[in-house]
Amino acid sequence: MTEPRKARVATVSLAGCFGCHMAILDIDERLIALMERVEFDRSPLTDIKTFNRRCDIGIIEGGCCNEENVHTLIDFRKNCDVLIALGQCAIMGGLPAMRNAIMHSADPLRECLEEAYLTGPYLRNTTRLIPNDPVLPLILDKVYPCSEIVDIDYQIPGCAPSGDIIFSTLVALLDGKFTGFERETLRFD
Amino acid sequence: MTTETKVAYPPDAEIMAISASFGNDHHRMLDILLAVQEARRCISPSTMDTIAAAVGVTRIAVEGVASFYSFLSLAPKGRVTIRLCDDIVDRFSGLDAVVAAFEAELGIKMGETSADHGFSLDFTPCIGLCDQAPAAMINDVVATRLTAERATAIARALKRGLSAAEALVADHDVLSPYQRVRALVENNIRRPGEVLLGPVPEDAGLHAAAAMAPSAIIDAVEASGLRGCGGAGFTTGRKWRFAANAPSDRRFVICNADEGEPGTFKDRVVLTERADLVFEGMTIAARAVGAREGILYLRGEYVYLHEHLQAGLAARRARGGLGADFDIRIQMGAGAYICGEEGALISSCEGLPGEPKTRPPFPVTRGYLGHPTVVNNVETFAHVARILDRGAAWFNAIGTDKSHGTKLFSVSGDCTRPGVYELPYGLTLRELLSLAGAEDAAAVQVGGPSGTMVGRDSLDRRLTFDDLATGGAVIVFSARRNILEIVDYYMSFFVHESCGYCTPCRVGNVFLKKAIEKFRKGQANDDDIAYLKDLSATIIETSRCGLGMTSPKPVLSSLKNFPLVYSALTKPSKDGIKATFDIQSAISGARDIAKRRSYIFDKDFSK
Ligand SMILES: Cc1cc2nc3c(=O)[nH]c(=O)nc-3n(C[C@H](O)[C@H](O)[C@H](O)COP(=O)(O)O)c2cc1C
Ligand code: SF4
Ligand code: SF4
Repeated sequence: MTEPRKARVATVSLAGCFGCHMAILDIDERLIALMERVEFDRSPLTDIKTFNRRCDIGIIEGGCCNEENVHTLIDFRKNCDVLIALGQCAIMGGLPAMRNAIMHSADPLRECLEEAYLTGPYLRNTTRLIPNDPVLPLILDKVYPCSEIVDIDYQIPGCAPSGDIIFSTLVALLDGKFTGFERETLRFD
Repeated sequence: MTTETKVAYPPDAEIMAISASFGNDHHRMLDILLAVQEARRCISPSTMDTIAAAVGVTRIAVEGVASFYSFLSLAPKGRVTIRLCDDIVDRFSGLDAVVAAFEAELGIKMGETSADHGFSLDFTPCIGLCDQAPAAMINDVVATRLTAERATAIARALKRGLSAAEALVADHDVLSPYQRVRALVENNIRRPGEVLLGPVPEDAGLHAAAAMAPSAIIDAVEASGLRGCGGAGFTTGRKWRFAANAPSDRRFVICNADEGEPGTFKDRVVLTERADLVFEGMTIAARAVGAREGILYLRGEYVYLHEHLQAGLAARRARGGLGADFDIRIQMGAGAYICGEEGALISSCEGLPGEPKTRPPFPVTRGYLGHPTVVNNVETFAHVARILDRGAAWFNAIGTDKSHGTKLFSVSGDCTRPGVYELPYGLTLRELLSLAGAEDAAAVQVGGPSGTMVGRDSLDRRLTFDDLATGGAVIVFSARRNILEIVDYYMSFFVHESCGYCTPCRVGNVFLKKAIEKFRKGQANDDDIAYLKDLSATIIETSRCGLGMTSPKPVLSSLKNFPLVYSALTKPSKDGIKATFDIQSAISGARDIAKRRSYIFDKDFSK
């Protein structure tokens, strides 16, 4: 009998603040135990930027605010068996989705960009331009939660989720014993 | 802008006189504001100050009431305000053409007031005239069976300076209040029954009750098996007993004539044809529970019945038909469905915004002004008068085991004989539909939006409290109608009518409506069906009053009885990617702003 191979985990931060990735590190010394069972593949933690092989678990931080987020998310869905939305932004759009509240405008996207770069009262933008470099991905009409774009298998709540809930969820999934969250952990603070 | 820090408005004699005519009593705030609205066509900031000072409350308390009710407005309304009923039945009966005709003739759009303040055009939910839709309120009268031609003719007459009554009823000034009501509105009584709409003797029930001890009256009402006709179906005798036993030196009897559930118009007919029976029932209730004061809460939409009811009440008072120490006043509502909920109704009678009260305590122990209060539906009181006349056993023998007596059904929608049917409880839906000429019904909304939407497989179910319950509404839809359009409309009704007090109802119903819109746009997937059920369960479980507890029912009952309508519109994910997400429409705005194409998703980008 051969040793079972370690589960391959990929992670990415889309429209998030990297707080959820920092929270992964809050697993603290239990990381050592976790690393006995998993290896990180495509992830900012390893600096691997593309999928070279199929992964078991994909962890997504952040929702989708631009076309590149969508592209990356779809790439994750295609290359991972199980997809986890980690944190409020991935689950519901989070803070970036505040721009979705600009809805009573004929052109909400333009209004949003103009306020961010031209008309906002606390701005210092010496170019007086809205950035439009060709390498910048086009932004979406609104910020989408991941589940509106691809099927998401699990959602870990929190902003950021605690190291405890990330650790216990991953371990339960690896053991095939995940049965959902306790009611008191379903919160976003 | 002036530089003054505090604007002092001159005291306004007319407003002060209105307030004084209601004893400067803050409990009569709604009456005061309705009178001010009538006189000034709006409740302006200065009048709010004047009223606040006169009745001794804060300005914000006045504004809280003024801004709650849709028939009170903070901005000036036209001399003539036309409120078109935009219920789903009206929409299916040619409302669009009527709207277009009014807009064209008056030169304003819906929601606008003309520059000369001659006219305002608004939509309003069901005004209780579904059997003669499309219909509209024009100031304090109503116009029925509208067509584009009729709308144009009415608008022209109004523009010539005729009053609304003059424009709608020839010789209106020589008619009695009852005749005027009949000239405006058809009764459409299709089937009178033996209890209410057949011949009834005058005051026979009251004479019988006068000879009985109060507790014996309650015993009789309880023995008859009468249950409330307003929707919830609570046993009337038990309710009265609670109120009679609650210790207090003051008790009240309130008749709920708010009839706001879309598709319900049976109380309208009872108030037109059997008002005396309703007052008689209230008087009997007063004797039974020991009340000296009664209120009939009449929905704002039925203001055209006001004079007729006042006249009936005056005649009754004159002949001693209210008993020695009991009197009734009529409280006008002002366009808020939630005021049919008994707690909200009591708040409204107390001059407050129409918000429900926390239960318990129930109104039978702490109701109007904190005193034990019996609230019953119009039809319930009318039944009481007949029960006291003919006896509990007679009433008990009609109907079924658990649903006794007759019930008034108001049938409307796609049927050839819309109107009111008085029938014993226990007939099947199929029997009612065949009487109403609705044999080809594809969907029936039983009990209005807060009731149940059923399909053809339910036609043999019985109209009773324990099978298909209804406060009266039976709305018929033929196969031509779009089920989700109906559900969407009913959700918009609840969104509009939520009092806003609690979040699950105020916000949850908006989300529910948005989810239904997703289905209608073909953007829903299987998860959305689970979401509908989940969200509905949350709203039902956590809402504060009956509105929120029933508002998801159009969604839930259509999901249960028309599952194929939903599944036909869902798009399953392909390879884990949602078919409902459209990247092209998501980036089209940014493409226009950036003036370039997508290097990821626009295939021809590299060319
Ligand atoms: C949102 C809502 C609206 C209601 N509207 C009415 C109404 O228009 N007329 C009515 O009689 N009861 C209405 N009710 C029911 C009343 O709260 C109350 O149960 C009823 O008036 C009691 O009278 P009954 O026992 O004679 O039916 C409504 C309830 C809710 C929750
Ligand atoms: S959920 Fe919170 S911590 Fe995570 S990316 Fe969003 S804002 Fe940052
Ligand atoms: S459930 Fe709706 S109508 Fe009832 S109190 Fe809450 S917000 Fe108001």
